[in-house]
Amino acid sequence: MVWFRRAGRESRVPEGLWVKCEGCREILYRKELEASLYVCPKCGHHHRVSARVRLSQLLDGGNWKELFAGVSSADPLGFVDSKPYAERVKALRERGARHDAVLVAQGKLDGIRLIVAAMEYSFMGGSMGAAVGEKITRAIERCLKSSYPLVIVSCSGGARMQEGILSLMQMAKISAALARLHQAKIPYISVLTDPTTGGVTASYAMLGDLNIAEPGALVGFAGPRVIEQTIRQKLPEGFQRAEFLLEHGMVDLVVPRQELKETIARCLNHLT
Amino acid sequence: MAGAAVPSFLATLEALRQQVSEAERQGDRAEAARLKEQLDAEARRVTATVTPWQRCLIARHAERPYTLDYVRGLMTDWVELHGDRGFADDPAIVTGLASFDGDSVVVVGHQKGRDTRDRLYRNFGQPRPEGYRKALRVMRLAEKFRLPVISFVDTPGAYPGIDAEERGQAEAIARNLREMAALETPIVVVVTGEGGSGGALAIGVGDRVFMLEHAVYSVISPEGCAAILWKDQSETQRAAEALRLTANDLLGFGVIDEILPEPLGGAHMDPPLAVRTVGTALRTALAELRRIRPADLPRRRYAKFRKMGAFLER
Ligand SMILES: [Zn+2]
Repeated sequence: MVWFRRAGRESRVPEGLWVKCEGCREILYRKELEASLYVCPKCGHHHRVSARVRLSQLLDGGNWKELFAGVSSADPLGFVDSKPYAERVKALRERGARHDAVLVAQGKLDGIRLIVAAMEYSFMGGSMGAAVGEKITRAIERCLKSSYPLVIVSCSGGARMQEGILSLMQMAKISAALARLHQAKIPYISVLTDPTTGGVTASYAMLGDLNIAEPGALVGFAGPRVIEQTIRQKLPEGFQRAEFLLEHGMVDLVVPRQELKETIARCLNHLT
Repeated sequence: MAGAAVPSFLATLEALRQQVSEAERQGDRAEAARLKEQLDAEARRVTATVTPWQRCLIARHAERPYTLDYVRGLMTDWVELHGDRGFADDPAIVTGLASFDGDSVVVVGHQKGRDTRDRLYRNFGQPRPEGYRKALRVMRLAEKFRLPVISFVDTPGAYPGIDAEERGQAEAIARNLREMAALETPIVVVVTGEGGSGGALAIGVGDRVFMLEHAVYSVISPEGCAAILWKDQSETQRAAEALRLTANDLLGFGVIDEILPEPLGGAHMDPPLAVRTVGTALRTALAELRRIRPADLPRRRYAKFRKMGAFLER
């Protein structure tokens, strides 16, 4: 099932005319923050944005066609921690979170037809379960069929524990689809935003023809706390941040949000 | 780190096992036979009542066969190959060439150590990026020379350390997933002990995936899951149940193809028997896969993994 949707003007930043920057604690005028793509005009901190806002920032005219909107999470394990997983998902959907942890859309970026998948951190930490795996795999398959380039904007804590081994297998499923995209020589740009960790980093987020990170984004395999517990020492300043990854050769570019759309367009123009 | 101490639910079994071998050593056949009966009864009891968490402990048992035990028990002409050609050799993953039933094969596998020194040397079977890159290099070699790949999975997980992150642990795992999916040679995977998340899957994409009866395979360790979801390490047993990480669960989910039975009480009770069982499964799988054109394997492998995962659709 697909439908057309105009980009909404919603944001994750709390209600009210004034908001506090998470980077410098300055009080900012909401409209101003919105106009600067949720990058603090004072300190440059990149605030997390919803999948919808991300698409409106990247796609021309804020117009796009949502794809695979009918796919949602099941509860194959009957998983219960402090609350049943099925209830968690239901509650989120009732609060209006309709696209699970990823929103896939077809649209144009600087005139280039493409497919963009933007992850939704507010949906269980952007975690990847089978619904996310299925939507991203279908996105890749759609690119294979249409020869449209693919952009995935990752923002995720990794695999969704509540779906157990089946969430782990999404890594294999998506990566296998990316193998086909790779062989078909269709460009795939991976955008890594704060945070991208675990099974998402260890599969599609690191497999871009180009990997582009936003400034300051935390990107890694193991979470900082797990590493600290393992090695029993404090982690160095800036560890696992975008700039650290650039220095260690893991990303092609670190690009501020204001230049992200233009950079993707320039790269795609070279590659297509 | 797990491994050395005998878990309490296995204590009687361990004691009986030692008594049997002691009686055999002293040539007391009658006593040995009597104890063996007790041992079998206890092994049956343990197997019948085993919980998911207890399976984790059996899967981590220090005397369980590891990759090199399978190589020694099933193969000849073993030539271990070292290094990723980029940074280092990682002893947490072993790779090499061997003969299996007279045919050359490529083996990759996690390797744990048996005593304290060896465990440290093998980093408790937790690979760094160079381990995964070595495995990929050798699998490429297999493809080039038309040899099947046999992969043994047994790791608590990929190593979570500063150096591993600096050298791209995530990238190394991701690349293996993509490249294994497209490899034009048969890949048979056996989860022999711990299937520790992405660190296991990074050498676990195959045309056939087997799992030993008491092996476990999970997105996160029960300890890690308990710490995150229940904020309480003592909830580990509950987490082990909730995660559905046993071979039976995985067979039901369609993640593995077949469960390989273990000797009563676990593979450590009779390692040669466990090794032989794995050998039989490998033999059958390789014979089947050899009949498929190598170029067709990626398409079939894709279809296999494409189906994994349950979701709703309206
Ligand atoms: Zn600021």
